[in-house]
Amino acid sequence: MPIPLDYETLRLIWWLLLGVLLIGFALTDGFDMGVAALLPVVARTDEERRLVINSIGATWEGNQVWFILGGGAIFAAWPHVYAISFSGFYLAMFVVLVALILRPVGFKYRSKKADPAWRRMWDWALFVGGFVPALVFGVAVGNVLLGVPFRLDSDLRATYAGGLLDLFSPFALLAGLLSVAMLVLHGAGWLALKIEEGPVLARARRWGVGAALASIVLFGLGGLFVAYGGLGYRLEGVVDPSGPSNPFLTKAVAAPGAWLDNYASAPKTLLAPLIGFLGPVMALVGIWRRADLPVFLGSSLGAFGIIATAGLSMFPFLLPSSLDPASSLTVWNASSSHLTMWIMLLATLFLLPLVLLYTAWVFRVLFGRITTEAVRTNPDFY
Amino acid sequence: MVDLAVVEMSRLQFALTAMYHFLFVPLTLGLSFLLVIMESIYVMTGRTVWRDITRFWGKLFGINFVLGVSTGITMEFQFGTNWSYYSHFVGDVFGAPLAIEGLMAFFLEATFVGLMFFGWDRLSRLGHLFVTFMVALGTNLSALWILIANGWMQNPVGAAFNPDTMRMEVTSFYDVLMNPVAQAKFVHTVSAGYVTASVFVLGVSAWYLLKGRHLQLARRSFAVAAAFGLASSLSVVVLGDESGYVLTDNQRMKLAAIEAMWHTEEAPAGFTAVGIPDIAEQKTHYAVHVPYVLGIIATRSLTGEVKGISELVETAETRIRLGILAHDALERVKADRTDMAARADFARYQAHLGWGYLLKRYVADPRMADDLTIAKAARSVVPNVPVLFWAFRLMAGAGFFFIAVFAFAFWLATRHDFGRTWFLRLAVAIIPLPWIASQAGWLVAELGRQPWVVEGQLPTFLAVSSVTLAQVWTTIIGFTLLYGILAVVMVRLMLAAIRKGPEPDPRWTEADQPRAGAPGAAWQPLPAE
Repeated sequence: MPIPLDYETLRLIWWLLLGVLLIGFALTDGFDMGVAALLPVVARTDEERRLVINSIGATWEGNQVWFILGGGAIFAAWPHVYAISFSGFYLAMFVVLVALILRPVGFKYRSKKADPAWRRMWDWALFVGGFVPALVFGVAVGNVLLGVPFRLDSDLRATYAGGLLDLFSPFALLAGLLSVAMLVLHGAGWLALKIEEGPVLARARRWGVGAALASIVLFGLGGLFVAYGGLGYRLEGVVDPSGPSNPFLTKAVAAPGAWLDNYASAPKTLLAPLIGFLGPVMALVGIWRRADLPVFLGSSLGAFGIIATAGLSMFPFLLPSSLDPASSLTVWNASSSHLTMWIMLLATLFLLPLVLLYTAWVFRVLFGRITTEAVRTNPDFY
Repeated sequence: MVDLAVVEMSRLQFALTAMYHFLFVPLTLGLSFLLVIMESIYVMTGRTVWRDITRFWGKLFGINFVLGVSTGITMEFQFGTNWSYYSHFVGDVFGAPLAIEGLMAFFLEATFVGLMFFGWDRLSRLGHLFVTFMVALGTNLSALWILIANGWMQNPVGAAFNPDTMRMEVTSFYDVLMNPVAQAKFVHTVSAGYVTASVFVLGVSAWYLLKGRHLQLARRSFAVAAAFGLASSLSVVVLGDESGYVLTDNQRMKLAAIEAMWHTEEAPAGFTAVGIPDIAEQKTHYAVHVPYVLGIIATRSLTGEVKGISELVETAETRIRLGILAHDALERVKADRTDMAARADFARYQAHLGWGYLLKRYVADPRMADDLTIAKAARSVVPNVPVLFWAFRLMAGAGFFFIAVFAFAFWLATRHDFGRTWFLRLAVAIIPLPWIASQAGWLVAELGRQPWVVEGQLPTFLAVSSVTLAQVWTTIIGFTLLYGILAVVMVRLMLAAIRKGPEPDPRWTEADQPRAGAPGAAWQPLPAE
């Protein structure tokens, strides 16, 4: 059977789907991480903490699948990226895994005992489960923008230079803090929608203001760094967008400033950074006017704009190599085969709408603000 | 060359994290369907005792489920972190079922499981049953896709090596899905999960019966577990994954190792019930031999031959020599991509490429291997015979034992006889056994696959990431500490929840009596209730 879409188109579609997945992850699991990171500062008493935890209690599990699916989809569509990034960021990945393992256990086990020490311990686990992944994911994206120190041999086996601490360069740290600010704002936006008026919500709004301002400043600083910090890679010579997935068949070089190329050649792409700035502004206005929906919409738009900016700046690069630019992974040389991309597209077109449909139904059934009264009386609550 | 210490530690870490993950999965697989059965009875009869039963087992389900989910996160990413070359080499094939698992199954179970716990007062009875069913469906579909991925590692059909991209690529997705090894594994594994949950429910119920507590719940749960367990234990043994053992050289080797069959016997081969396999002497001491049985089970015929280990090693040597030719052609293709003669040579020998890779354990370039090295590589295809021999017997023995246990429990339940103290004690004592059996099952499946990570295509030692030994040590120690602490916490919470038993729910009081004329009204209460 001939495949109805050509290889180049499928690679483009899967680049877009990668964006959809990452943004889906940031918009759903992102507010869980933000809420968990806010837990120790917005909620002080046990009852307040249970209020915050139960605002995501019934939905964090489904949201987390965006992360798992992100891993699976990168494996299926961009196997080189999966293989090289996760082993290259080996210890950072371990730290993220530990944090993400603590999180579900924290939700489920925290309220099984009334002992305050037990609960305090799991509150810390939840905070770590929210804050650490948010930080490390941002640091990872920062490192990808900088270029990752790996090299491929003729069997396409990767070797690496550098360790865990090398990941925390100033630019990467900036990207990490931006990610934390963006997701904390998103968490505050969720709390604004999901919990009753009261001291917890008031604190969440205050933290939301700080996070929104930090997002705007850090995103701006990041932009300056990308423009003047000597970042960027470029493909040289003739590129066959339908060629076999082998990095040695394309030629990439380091080219400072090249991350701005796409904005010059296609000015419409400037919409992404614009949305990245306007989203947090909208959230600020929402907090100021006491309108809750715009806060969440604003934080969502902000996350969308910021992630889209990172992707568009690098296109067609997925994982540039700082050690050996010729080993860099791009949309044209690091995908799975034509057939696999097509089958996976069919599976996604069939299954993803179904997922969105039943997720929407579940959120609708659970619609409504969580109240302290419900936390006190409902035995199903965490 | 690859650092073999990193290989061994990476294998240890994978074994540790996968087997730990699989402590929680079987109970999830089975208990989710037991919840569906119990809740269906509630919806059909309207008897609130069944709702309380469902909610009680649901609470235990939740304590277990959350660790299955947490430790599954590690599994999804570990291929990338520790098995980077594997991920590159087979990602085109192996990644797809993993991604579809996320989309089709994990989303389903994880999205609905929150509603299962939090939706009791937000949904109608039927609506909640639907949600519970979706959770059970999701967990079981999840097992299907994971075992399609795992089955492909055991029997890599529907894919071929592409010299331009230096990896395996899908040629037929249909073949990957319909892989007979994967199908057999799926049925076998989920049945084992159902048995695990049945033993768990039966054992906990028996404990309540012994203590004279929560009798309403205990008797009903005992009966449900006995019936479900009988069906599942029959299925797990009858549909055991024997059927795949004759398909490939490695599957044949696995069978020969399980049976410690050092040499090919005349058909139909005999079955060694017990004995002490000796690797050095290549024989099994004190073997108790049952004639004909193995040949009939493995080949479903009286004439089919079951190959012995030494004959399979000879086959391996032939294939390794052909693999060297494949490597030679591949190197020529890499040097000049337009060399059509080299491509034609590669196409001729590519089926043996993986066998050539076996030499890379001893020499950097397989073309430089001498006869001695080739013989050594051929011997390396024999997995750990004594471990396989005993792990299989432990698993299969447990399987037959469970049939007997559930048959007797079912007979007791039909007679409403819940007072046999010796049997109740036995049911409590054997609670750990299904976990031991399923861990033994994983050992048979995965150690039996060695030295391959993908049978005949990629040896395990080539599949690792280029990480340092210190890095792998760090994560092994980290995971061991974290998992150890979580295991202690989980077991304590589980025991506390069992000791506490079902709790009265303030939201439901006298309001929900059974509907008049409902089928449940005709249901006779159990004696002495």
